[in-house]
Amino acid sequence: MREQPRSPARGDQPGAGSTASIRRYLRVDAMPTPFCAGCGHGILMAAILRAVDELGLDFSRMLFVSGIGCAGWIPSPHYNADTLHVTHGRPVAFATGAKLFNPGLKVVVIGGDGDIASIGGNHLIHAARRNVNLTVICANNLIYGMTGGQVTPTTPQGARTLTTPAGNPEPPFDLARLVAAAGATYVARYSVWHIRALIASLRRALAHSGFAFVEVLSMCPTQYGRRNSNPTALGMLRGFRENCVSLEKARSMAPAELVGKTLIGEFVGGSGSRESASGAT
Amino acid sequence: MTGQPLIAVPSVLKPGRYFMQGDEACAEGAIAAGCNYYAGYPITPASEIMEHLCRRFARLPGRVFVQMEDEIASIASVVGASWAGARAMTATSGPGLSLMLENIGYAIITETPCVVVDVQRAGPSTGQATRPAQGDVMQARWGAHGDYEIIVTSPWSVQECYEETARAFNLAERFRLPVLVLMDEAVGHLRENITVSTETPFFTRVKGIDQPPFGEAEVPPMPAFGEGARLLVTGSTHDAWGYRRTSSPEAQSTLVERLAGKVLNHTGEIERTHCHLCDERELDILLIAYGFTARSALGAVRQARADGIKAGLLRLTTLWPFPAQVVRSIAQRAQVVLVPEMNRGQMLREVQREVPAARGYHRTDGEVITMPELVAAAKKELGR
Repeated sequence: MREQPRSPARGDQPGAGSTASIRRYLRVDAMPTPFCAGCGHGILMAAILRAVDELGLDFSRMLFVSGIGCAGWIPSPHYNADTLHVTHGRPVAFATGAKLFNPGLKVVVIGGDGDIASIGGNHLIHAARRNVNLTVICANNLIYGMTGGQVTPTTPQGARTLTTPAGNPEPPFDLARLVAAAGATYVARYSVWHIRALIASLRRALAHSGFAFVEVLSMCPTQYGRRNSNPTALGMLRGFRENCVSLEKARSMAPAELVGKTLIGEFVGGSGSRESASGAT
Repeated sequence: MTGQPLIAVPSVLKPGRYFMQGDEACAEGAIAAGCNYYAGYPITPASEIMEHLCRRFARLPGRVFVQMEDEIASIASVVGASWAGARAMTATSGPGLSLMLENIGYAIITETPCVVVDVQRAGPSTGQATRPAQGDVMQARWGAHGDYEIIVTSPWSVQECYEETARAFNLAERFRLPVLVLMDEAVGHLRENITVSTETPFFTRVKGIDQPPFGEAEVPPMPAFGEGARLLVTGSTHDAWGYRRTSSPEAQSTLVERLAGKVLNHTGEIERTHCHLCDERELDILLIAYGFTARSALGAVRQARADGIKAGLLRLTTLWPFPAQVVRSIAQRAQVVLVPEMNRGQMLREVQREVPAARGYHRTDGEVITMPELVAAAKKELGR
C-alpha cells in the first residue's frame, strides 16, 4: 500500500511544465485527486511542490497540516510527507503545537477560506501575532465548495451563493491585509493564474523565518462560478487576469479605477512590489 | 501495566514530604511523568496548574509551555505536539472542557496520547467558577460525538492528584488515547501533605515506522513527525495506513470496534478502586464515592461504625471505564448502597445498572457534601 505504482501519470512528459519534477512528492496511489473538473486547487497543489522542489527542501522533514474542506485535501493524502488532517478550522492551532515542540520540522498549513478565515479566523490572527514559524497557504475560492456552495467571509458583496440567493449582503474580509495587521512578517496574495509569481512567492514564504501567509485566489466554477455568470474554469482564470492589479501598478491608479479590483503582490516582507505604509488604495 | 516499555525513572522533585495544593500536585505529577508540552488557557479553578507548570518548565530543559488563544487551540496544539513526539497536557474546567471535546474526539480517532485535566466547578455554563461540583462525570464520558471508550480518573487527595496525573500519561501512551483527570475545585484547592517517591513509572511510546500506525495491532506503534514515516493522520475514518475510507462500512466498524476494544479488553489494567472498612461478609450500608466526596464518605463510614453500624466505603479512582464488576461484587454484600455526589446522580444511574436498588444523595448548591450530613443520610436509609 505504501509502494508507489510506477505507471506514468497523464501529461508526464520531460521538459519544462511537466509533472516529472514533482511526481516524487506525490502519493501516486492516492491519485487521481477528488477535485471537480476546472477546480483551481490542482494548480496550487503543483505550485507548492514546485516551490518545495526549487528550494531543495527535505520533504521527509516537512509536515503539512490541513483542516476540513476541499483545500484540506490538497496535501492529505496526496503529499508524500507527514500530513495531519484535522478538525474544521483548527489546522493553524495543531501546527503551532507541532512546530513549538519540534522546531526542526518545516510546518505548512493549507486550507480554504472557510477553514482558515471563518471557523479558524481566531487561530489565524493569533498565530500571526505570535509570529510562529509557520507557512500558511489559504486557497481562497470565495465559497464553501465541499458542502455545496454556501457564502464565506471572503465571498464578494453581492455574489450569489446557496445561502445568499439574493446576493451577499455582507462585505468580505481582505485576508492579506487582515493577517498583515495581525502581525505576520510575510504576507502575499496571488491567484492561480499568476503562476510564476505565485511559485516565487511560495518559495519566499517557505524560506521565511516567522509567520508567512500566502492567500491564493483559486477558482471554483462548480459552486461559485456557475451561480455568478462565470461557469467555466477558463472564464474564471480570465477574471483573475483582468481583475487582479499588482500593488506596484495600483500606486499609480486612481481610486475609481481600483473599484472591483483585487490587489496582488507582497504586502509584507517581500522583495518586490511592497505595499506602502499608508496602503495602496 | 503490561508491556516492555514501562520503566521507572527518577522523580523530578527530590523524594520526600511536601505540603502543596491539589492543582500544584497535578502539575508536579505531570512533570514527574515526563510532560514536556503544556498548552492552556486561563480558567478558574484550574489556572494554578498552568501557572505552576509555567514556572517549573522555565527551569527544566526541553519543556515547552504556551498559553493559547482559547481552549480549542490548547487541545489542538497538544495533539499536534503529541504527534511531534511530545508527552503533552492541557488543563481546564467545565466551560473549557466543553470547547475541547471536539478535538478530544479527534485525539480518540487518531489515537493520540495526551492528558486533559478538568477541575470541575459548578455549572452548567459559567455557573459558579469558584465552587466545587462533580457535574462533568457524564460529559467526560460522552462529551465528544460518536461511539468510543475513554479513560477517566478522579483523585480524592493531593497525593492522588500527583499519582493519577502521572499514571494518566502512562495510560495515554500505553493505549494511545486521551486520558482525562477529573478533579474538582475542592480537591484542586486543597492543601495537604504528599509523599514523593524516588521513582516514577514511565511508559515509553512504542514507535516503528514500518508497521501500520492505525491498525493490525490492537494498539499500533506511533512514529513521530519528521522520523521518515510519512504519516497520514486524519480525523476521517481511515485504514491501517491512514488513508481516508469515508464510505466503507467495514473500515468504519473495524476502527470503532478496535478503539473501544483497546479500553474494554484491558479494564483490569486501567481500573483503580479502593475498599475502605468493608471487610465483613455482610455490611449494613455501602457508600460508593469518588473525588472530594469520598473524603466525607470515609469520615461518615468511621462515624457510623462508632455508632454501631457496619458501614463501608467503595472508593472509585477510575470512573471510566466504569468498574462494574467490582461494584457488583462488593455491593451484593450490603443491605443498602448509597452513592453521594456533588451532582444530581450522574454516577448513581451507572451504579444502578449493576445494583438497581442503589440510592443517591446529592448536593447541587456548590458546597461540598459534609461528613455529618452523610452520617444522617446513612441512618435515614437504614431507618435508624
